[in-house]
Amino acid sequence: MAIDSHTNNTGTALNKSAVIFDAPLNLACGAVLSEYELVFETYGTLNPERTNSILICHALSGDHHAAGLDANGKVGWWDHYIGPGKAIDTNHFFVVCPNNIGSCFGSTGPSTTNLETGKPWGVDFPSLEVSDWVASQKQLMEHLEIDCWSAVIGGSLGGMQAMHWAVAHPQKLKHAVVIAASLKLSAQNIAFNEIARRAIESDINFKQGNFLDHQTSPIQGLALARMIGHMTYLSNDALGQKFGRLVRSGDIDGAEKELVEFEVSSYLNYQGDKFATRFDANSYILITKMLDYFDLAQNYQNNAVDAFKQAQCKFLVVAFSSDWRFSPSCSEEITDAIVSADKDVSYLRIESDQGHDSFLLPNEHYEKGLGQYLQRVAQTFSGAQS
Amino acid sequence: MIDANRIIGDWIEPQSRILDLGCGDGTLLYDLTLRHKIHGYGLEIDPASINQCIANGINVIQQDLNAGLANFADNSFDTVLMTHTLQALRYPHLVLDEMLRIGQQCIVTFPNFGHWRTRGFLAFKGRMPVTKQLAYQWYDTPNIHFFTYKDFETLCAERGISIVNRTFIGGRASDLGLDKIWPNLFAHTAVYHLAK
Repeated sequence: MAIDSHTNNTGTALNKSAVIFDAPLNLACGAVLSEYELVFETYGTLNPERTNSILICHALSGDHHAAGLDANGKVGWWDHYIGPGKAIDTNHFFVVCPNNIGSCFGSTGPSTTNLETGKPWGVDFPSLEVSDWVASQKQLMEHLEIDCWSAVIGGSLGGMQAMHWAVAHPQKLKHAVVIAASLKLSAQNIAFNEIARRAIESDINFKQGNFLDHQTSPIQGLALARMIGHMTYLSNDALGQKFGRLVRSGDIDGAEKELVEFEVSSYLNYQGDKFATRFDANSYILITKMLDYFDLAQNYQNNAVDAFKQAQCKFLVVAFSSDWRFSPSCSEEITDAIVSADKDVSYLRIESDQGHDSFLLPNEHYEKGLGQYLQRVAQTFSGAQS
Repeated sequence: MIDANRIIGDWIEPQSRILDLGCGDGTLLYDLTLRHKIHGYGLEIDPASINQCIANGINVIQQDLNAGLANFADNSFDTVLMTHTLQALRYPHLVLDEMLRIGQQCIVTFPNFGHWRTRGFLAFKGRMPVTKQLAYQWYDTPNIHFFTYKDFETLCAERGISIVNRTFIGGRASDLGLDKIWPNLFAHTAVYHLAK
């Protein structure tokens, strides 16, 4: 069912749709979702052979609105990279981006209604793993009558989904683009996620996760969680360049220093508050746990090489020099395992001072590398083989 | 005229696993893939060259050779290649050891500093050579080691590296067979096939 469809001034026409799947989804935790809804956007046109599709996997706080302007005039989170003539070129590709289950932008999750109780799922929403997201994306793929993705692309948690696709459904994709991801989280990464969860759970309005029943929301805790996360996604250099010690209000040279507000403080508070109004606290807890649980090699005797031996696709792995949450060494570990598994892979280590967020931001080398890789992919189905 | 890429093609096994250190725009790997169906990966640090490899459909890994090759397992490749890069590395001898650890065999090419043209530059002009093979001024050259094929063979002997095969390329001198008679004077490029 098409919800809305329009072109806009970013040049990317989007179609927003939603589909309800009534086939039960058996989750990794053992629970079963008897029915679920996925909201998704598509850009570009599916060719008659149905061979030009790309799946975009969003990360922790992402949604289905990856490109173009939505009905509210909001630009998609990866608009710089998806569109006509852009790296993920919608003149060639049919691009699909779902909002994943457990998230909070329309697809079934903690903030949607549990049909069995008639109330929001809240904390009762089952625990999820990356394999569950991939399983639901596979249902969407079948719904769209696509037999094989020409590429599955994702950054961060999205990259984890792309890797899972490659090893769990080798026949279902030709290319996996894994950006700023890792085979599994480090202790430091899990620790940051735990701090974020603790911040949310400490908010008096969290109500053990049943805040929707109490018509409230732990916005202070959620804002704090986001502020911590947001800082870790940026680099010291990027923050220094953007804000330095600039003062927004008050006089740093004056007597009343307690009235001073730094630009960086104002920015961070704004980001936290903005996020807290649009994100669901239970979704944040659920998805940070998904990140913690992910371990690509878990089902392959903890050997990533054995995991990648399952893959049939080619890989592009991308890391950013200043990313310290998913550092280049994480991507190099992925690349080395793919090389050892004798699968095709290219690896780009992009110079950037923007930290983990680099994967969303403009960068010439990144844009060219990704764009050229996908142009090559497009040649395989357009028949314009070089 | 003899072409180094063709010689390399003769020395590698078809369908073998090949690592090319400093692969540039991937031309050699592209060629070997097309003609010998090899499965290759290139290491490169220059972003423009990396993008070229990607555009050519060549597996390219952004990695600085001077930072080591510890991420590659022992004997994980049939052949490790390095063309015209040895003279630009910080520690060429250590990289050679690493190449022989990673590959069953190695092939290296390098400019022979003993070539008459480079000797002539130094001897008669009193200037550091700027030639087709060494096309940089002394202050901005990536080439930081200058050596002749004899120097290279001394190094191999010192480190217990066996020379399986070698070929010299001498441009027009090759037509006259001069590079076979007097390689250190008439070969501008040396191609070596090495084993442990």
